[in-house]
Amino acid sequence: MTATQEAPTTTAVSVTGVGRVFPTRKSSVTALQAVDLTIAPGEFVSLIGPSGCGKSTLLRLIADLDSPTSGTISVFGKTARQARLDHDYGIAFQQAGLLPWRSIADNIALPLEVHKVDRTARKHRVEELLEMVGLTDFAKSYPDQLSGGMQQRVAIARALAESPRLLLMDEPFGALDEITRERMQSELIRITKETGAAVVFVTHSIPEAVFLSDRVVVMSPRPGRIVDIVAAGPEAGGVRDESYRDAAVFSAGISAVRHLLHGGAGQPVGVEDR
Amino acid sequence: MNRGPLPLWATIASPIALGIVLVALWQLWASAADVPDYFLPSPSHIWTQFHENFSLVLKATLHTGWNALRGLLIGTLVGVVGALLGNALRPIRQMAAPIVLAASVIPIAALGPVLNEMFNANFNTSRVIIAAIAVTVPVYINTLRGLAQVKPVHRELMRAYSTKAVTTARTVTLPTAVPYLFTGIRIGSPMAVISALVAEFFGGPLTGLANQVTANASSGRYAAAWAGVLGSIVLGLVFYVFGYALERWFNRHQAA
Repeated sequence: MTATQEAPTTTAVSVTGVGRVFPTRKSSVTALQAVDLTIAPGEFVSLIGPSGCGKSTLLRLIADLDSPTSGTISVFGKTARQARLDHDYGIAFQQAGLLPWRSIADNIALPLEVHKVDRTARKHRVEELLEMVGLTDFAKSYPDQLSGGMQQRVAIARALAESPRLLLMDEPFGALDEITRERMQSELIRITKETGAAVVFVTHSIPEAVFLSDRVVVMSPRPGRIVDIVAAGPEAGGVRDESYRDAAVFSAGISAVRHLLHGGAGQPVGVEDR
Repeated sequence: MNRGPLPLWATIASPIALGIVLVALWQLWASAADVPDYFLPSPSHIWTQFHENFSLVLKATLHTGWNALRGLLIGTLVGVVGALLGNALRPIRQMAAPIVLAASVIPIAALGPVLNEMFNANFNTSRVIIAAIAVTVPVYINTLRGLAQVKPVHRELMRAYSTKAVTTARTVTLPTAVPYLFTGIRIGSPMAVISALVAEFFGGPLTGLANQVTANASSGRYAAAWAGVLGSIVLGLVFYVFGYALERWFNRHQAA
């Protein structure tokens, strides 16, 4: 599933020659340099690399939470800024970032509420989303009563509230324990299959990237750039479930990404191997 | 050292037990050593006076309490409006900083006579103002701090939603500050009572608790004076518990 340059209408995200330089007091830091990446509708793409490789910066540029110093980014054929103003994407961060004074249902309703969706439609949609993430019984609970994994499910439901065709996720499972993490990965696979949204997923976990993604974008630091892009996923006709974790193609994917990560920096780098 | 929290019954019972023991010792000492009333009346004597003069003590307590309550409300209002302005406009915050610092160290004893001269000494205006000043400072400082506590992740989220500034303020900034506001009110509540009470010593209508204590003490009715002290303790506790309950309520989901 190698999406190449296509007409804008059939592209979810198109990143062309993008660089981001952060000025510092004395010199400057090149967080990203000459990044080209095209993501097709419905495609799941992970960004992986060691700290400082610019993977989060790239996601923030796509979300228009930051602006590139060079190059262009288009989201569904629009500028990144216009896509943000049009609410074209949903976003989730490493911290669930729920509002502690709002109930779970009201937290999920937040984007609908600030975008003036009427009350009945809101209520209906929140019920759907609660069911999708399996938290119907917790609608009236508050964030402090939920575990970290449950809070992250709420954050994902909130990101999906407006049925975006693009989901941006910045290490959403980074703070979760390994067991919860694998369960959340399986849930995310199910949810994205249901919604058909394209996903840009930042992670520092190789197995997580290989398990979830159609393509794994391997990045390296100083300056942040794309080393290579690895196609992943089960063999034709296979499904992305627990059997995929045991399959040879999964191990092969992990090896490929690992070698790129280690080779890309010229020497072994501190990649978390989980 | 810390062996974990005490069970609830012990948390409640232990200070009560200590209080009973202390009052009992006081009573024993007062009756055994025949301590004169002007030095320290016995608890039973104070209680009798409190009981017999209950309507007078209550009236004085309500009078002082009403001053303290008005001061609390005005001080909270001024503190919140000031914090909103200070949060919105950095120059205001910086200009106000030394004034706030000055207000926080003003002795009530210095303000009382001055304000009594400024406003008609027959009214409670100066007492309410003194209580309000005492409340304004902690409310202003805590609310201002609360407004700055918006988490980066919440700010990013609202930017991703491309909401207007007013929507961001209503959905994130103000609710974030509310628990801090009530911390300020909790700190300010007993200070309002103390200030309203102390301000009575500097003139004005002779109907407050401090007036009653002074009048009774100077006419040799020591136990009755102590009954007034008891009334002011109760008043201070009522305000404290009120502020504490509000703070707890508005902080109930802050563990996340």
